[in-house]
Amino acid sequence: MLNYIGKRVLQLIPVLLGMSFIVFLIIRAIPGNPAQVILGQKATQESIAALEEKLGLNNPWYVQYFDYLKGLFTGDLGESLRTSQPISSEIWPYLAATIELAVFAMIIAIIVGVNAGIISAWFQNSWFDYVAMVIALIGVSMPIFWLGLIEQWVFSLNLDWLPTSGREDVRNPISPITNFYLIDTLIQGRFDQFGIVIKHLILPGVALATIPTAIIARMTRSSMLEVMRSDYVRTARAKGQKMFLVVYKHALKNALIPVLTVIGLQTGLLLGGAILTETIFSWPGIGRYIYEAIGYRDYTVIQSGILVVAFIFVMINLIVDLLYTVIDKRIKYS
Amino acid sequence: MVNQKKILEINELETSFFSDDGKIAAVDHVNFDLHEGEILAIVGESGCGKSVTSLSIMGLVPSPPGKITNGEILLQGKDISKFSEKEMRKIRGNDIAMIFQEPMTSLNPLFTIGNQISEAILIHNKSWSKKQVRERAVEMLRLVGLPRAEELLNEYPHQLSGGMRQRVMIAMALVCNPKVLIADEPTTALDVTIQAQILKLIRELNDKFNTAVLMITHDLGVVAETCQRVIVMYAGQVVEEATVQEIFKNPKHPYTKGLIQSVPDMRYKKESLYSIPGNVPKPGSVKVGCRFAQRCEFATDRCLTENPALYELSSSHKSRCFLVEEEGGSVNGKESLVESK
Repeated sequence: MLNYIGKRVLQLIPVLLGMSFIVFLIIRAIPGNPAQVILGQKATQESIAALEEKLGLNNPWYVQYFDYLKGLFTGDLGESLRTSQPISSEIWPYLAATIELAVFAMIIAIIVGVNAGIISAWFQNSWFDYVAMVIALIGVSMPIFWLGLIEQWVFSLNLDWLPTSGREDVRNPISPITNFYLIDTLIQGRFDQFGIVIKHLILPGVALATIPTAIIARMTRSSMLEVMRSDYVRTARAKGQKMFLVVYKHALKNALIPVLTVIGLQTGLLLGGAILTETIFSWPGIGRYIYEAIGYRDYTVIQSGILVVAFIFVMINLIVDLLYTVIDKRIKYS
Repeated sequence: MVNQKKILEINELETSFFSDDGKIAAVDHVNFDLHEGEILAIVGESGCGKSVTSLSIMGLVPSPPGKITNGEILLQGKDISKFSEKEMRKIRGNDIAMIFQEPMTSLNPLFTIGNQISEAILIHNKSWSKKQVRERAVEMLRLVGLPRAEELLNEYPHQLSGGMRQRVMIAMALVCNPKVLIADEPTTALDVTIQAQILKLIRELNDKFNTAVLMITHDLGVVAETCQRVIVMYAGQVVEEATVQEIFKNPKHPYTKGLIQSVPDMRYKKESLYSIPGNVPKPGSVKVGCRFAQRCEFATDRCLTENPALYELSSSHKSRCFLVEEEGGSVNGKESLVESK
């Protein structure tokens, strides 16, 4: 098992290398010049040339790329061209904000999606099944930015129940420790702030959860429908087991693997930072961090930020693959 | 046999499936009794209603579209066909247990053998301690002839062969000492040698615990080897009922005769094996006349226009054929209801 994990991690190296190379080239193909953006429209040619020299942008691209790689292998993500701060420390608060929101959204998506799928399959062709599947269809096809705007309009502007945007109340700021605000406020015993953080999470969390919920519900339903017809489900019923346990114990565990796969993929996508959702809700996440870096042509932040996102995505897939073995002992990696 | 106590009585059982074309009876006014400690076979081709009969007894007919639409299923005098799902749960696994055709897929692949047997025990004996449950599970595994019973508890079904899995299924079915065991083609999916072992095991356990066994099969070899009485079903109806000796020596219904003729016999070298021409009619497709008439070599005009009743030749032998009536078979009791229907 450890062997397998080691092998998989080694396999990540060429994937991430290839990724970094493509991103490196593509961002340099975007018109615009970081030195120009930093110095502004009125900067002289001389000062731009001097800054380019200082930032190392005059070197041939392969020299720049190998400098970048050298840094990566020593665990250095480089410095932001714009702020001159090390990216590895600058990126964390953004990443933490995205992780907190993504986990919150995925918890909603898993609880609602899996249960809706199970009940739809259990009572196939009932009104619940029809209604749930129509909602799921609407859910997957919903433009999320539009849903976010409607949420803000209804729950913030009209009903005034929830804040429109941000992670915290700016008049009552949170002093970050881990940058996971739910955890930080609990560590500090600030339960008032904890409630505020939850309130800020709800609207973007629900918006972000919509598509995963719908996809999980549909996948759970189809997987459960197949399993519910199997012989061991009949055996469990023939033992006199309650239908609830037949469904939630015997059937669900067998139906879980395809569901787990989509949960993994969706979590990876959300952790990549949903740029639209983060922008609408002014969520200071990794998606917005990279998006803003693109505006500043901050090459180092873009390439390292995308690399971090890609790394998280492949790690989640690895974790999902390992979870398969926990559910199904027949699956063995060697 | 006749003097023994009836443990299960099926009276006028009709199980129907509802579709856009209306009601179709897959089991059509079936009557039979199962006595304490006997092994009774239900024989017939695929689609003759034997599995639906057994699922009706268990209350596991897929609903919708299936439903018991008439008749009674008396378990020691109580009509369990009218029981609620909650009441039926207490019967299943406890009073009536069932083993299935496919041992490869009948056990849940993701739970250990121990977990699945313990579950069967705990559903009906909630107060048992962990140790009691474990001991009982080990005892049952030993009883069905599985070696390494202790270790097996921690193993998964995929680590076992088909024969071993069927033994586990039998252990699991008998763990609560049921009064009736329904075995739905328990050996169909197994090798011939394993088949013989499993049948021997069922016979032994039947002998030891006096559990009545309802053996659903299409294999007359299985019948000859294990059962005392036989019910032959065709297109949802009982067409013949007799003791094993009578069925093989003196089959009365042309369908039974056909079935027996189509069993390969090693003593004679034949060009090709006999087979009954045609197929089982779709349930509900024969409206008038004997359901076997289309395939029967003895069919007369009467067979096409009149429904034969289940004629009684002796107290232990009944047959649904006009030929039997001509031989002097009589209709009495509840069977006459069928004709008047």
